[in-house]
Amino acid sequence: MKSHEWVWLDKETAWVGISEHAQKEITDVVFVDPPKPGRKVAHGQSCGVIESVKAAFDIYAPISGEVVAANQALSADPGLVNRSPQDQGWIFQIKPSQISELEKLMDWAQYQEYLKAPAHDGH
Amino acid sequence: MAATTELRRTALFDAHVSLGAKMVDFHGWELPIQYESILKEHAAVRSLCGLFDVSHMGQVVAQGRDALKLLQKTNTNDISKIRPGKAIYSHLPNERGGVVDDVIISCLGPERYFVVVNAATREKDFRWLRRQAEGLDVELKDESDYYGMIAVQGPKAEQIVATDFPQAAALPRFGAMECRIFDQPSIITRTGYTGEDGFEFIVPNEMILRVWDNLLTKGRSIGAAPCGLGSRDTLRLEAGYLLYGQDIDDEHTSLEANYGWVVKLDKGPFIGRDILLKQREGGLKRRLTGVALQERGVPRPGCRVFHQGREIGSLASATFSPTLQKGIGVGYLSQADLAAGAALEVEIHGRKVPAQVSAVPFYVSPSLSSRKHHA
Repeated sequence: MKSHEWVWLDKETAWVGISEHAQKEITDVVFVDPPKPGRKVAHGQSCGVIESVKAAFDIYAPISGEVVAANQALSADPGLVNRSPQDQGWIFQIKPSQISELEKLMDWAQYQEYLKAPAHDGH
Repeated sequence: MAATTELRRTALFDAHVSLGAKMVDFHGWELPIQYESILKEHAAVRSLCGLFDVSHMGQVVAQGRDALKLLQKTNTNDISKIRPGKAIYSHLPNERGGVVDDVIISCLGPERYFVVVNAATREKDFRWLRRQAEGLDVELKDESDYYGMIAVQGPKAEQIVATDFPQAAALPRFGAMECRIFDQPSIITRTGYTGEDGFEFIVPNEMILRVWDNLLTKGRSIGAAPCGLGSRDTLRLEAGYLLYGQDIDDEHTSLEANYGWVVKLDKGPFIGRDILLKQREGGLKRRLTGVALQERGVPRPGCRVFHQGREIGSLASATFSPTLQKGIGVGYLSQADLAAGAALEVEIHGRKVPAQVSAVPFYVSPSLSSRKHHA
């Protein structure tokens, strides 16, 4: 499946958030419920929720592994997801169990092509 | 809605698109849900001013010797209380005490009234009023296709209208006036659906774009923003206003909706009065009750509500309140006597979130609290 999370690997830790495109589509993020540290998640699994004023959106795990951190700043300031989706507004971190899964994901160029397609699933 | 269904557009459709609005289907009308951000538009109305296209609303003119008689018979509120130049909020009851629609009625002359109805109920209301008018000397006209409507809402609304419409700016809350705008007969009322001071311009569709452009230009100079249905909903819910079809309908009475103040049992006979009288004397089995979350989260319509472990209802309207920064909602609870502060739980995504019974309105704006709230 294709969705709008990004993942950035920093040594052993994969940081996860949503794309600039996704934050624009969602707009007005007022609540983020990320997966709790310690939880095991599987590639493509719905594991959290982003709520805008109007609607709720699932957060999908881009890779399998154990959640090791959630962005605490989002509980007081969920708008960070709108203002800085690819930096300060990161959502959670995973310790990947199968690093090879990263190969399944779109790279930046492929994602840009994907956004040009008329309809997307995910967000 | 199926893609083949033809959506209706207001005379301001192109203006919305060129302002970058995101359009949605609202009861068959293609209207802006937001331009840039619901939160920003909400904040603009609470702090400065917002402009809304509410041209989907319907308008019915009732005139003739029995106009007041018809309206007294078909309304819970006492329409005899409004003199020319005044407006009143009221419910149209059915024989079971349920609500056909909620309306704002302006008295334009001794035997001439102007009724603003909801878009989704326009045809139903007109049929209902026509049926009730049988045998009475009153002419009913559905003017909904002729008029468009713009709401100018917020603490700076008066300042925005004052230059071009000084008489309107002098209206009291729930004042109403007829005037000519670009030489066309129009109506301005000091009413709204946001819980802020404000005005509603009811003007012929043929020149509504000019009125919109003028108000927006004037408004922009002091920080006003065009606003969509998204912020209209969060604003009205904070203010405790009802959304027809969601909070009230043909199956719930005005008393159950906790709107007893629009039910004037002493004014004389009207449709559904017996049932409402019985309910007032015998008590309610359910009541539309305010609910506020005590933890961060976003309640939605349909969320189940629990009290002491027992399910006692669900939320009819609910959202995240941008002003109060917490989840709020209203729902029909089967335990009708719960006091403000009583402990509840709201089920959100399968998790029970602590909540409390809250007084409604959730928020009272300083721009209204200093004025008399209703006619």
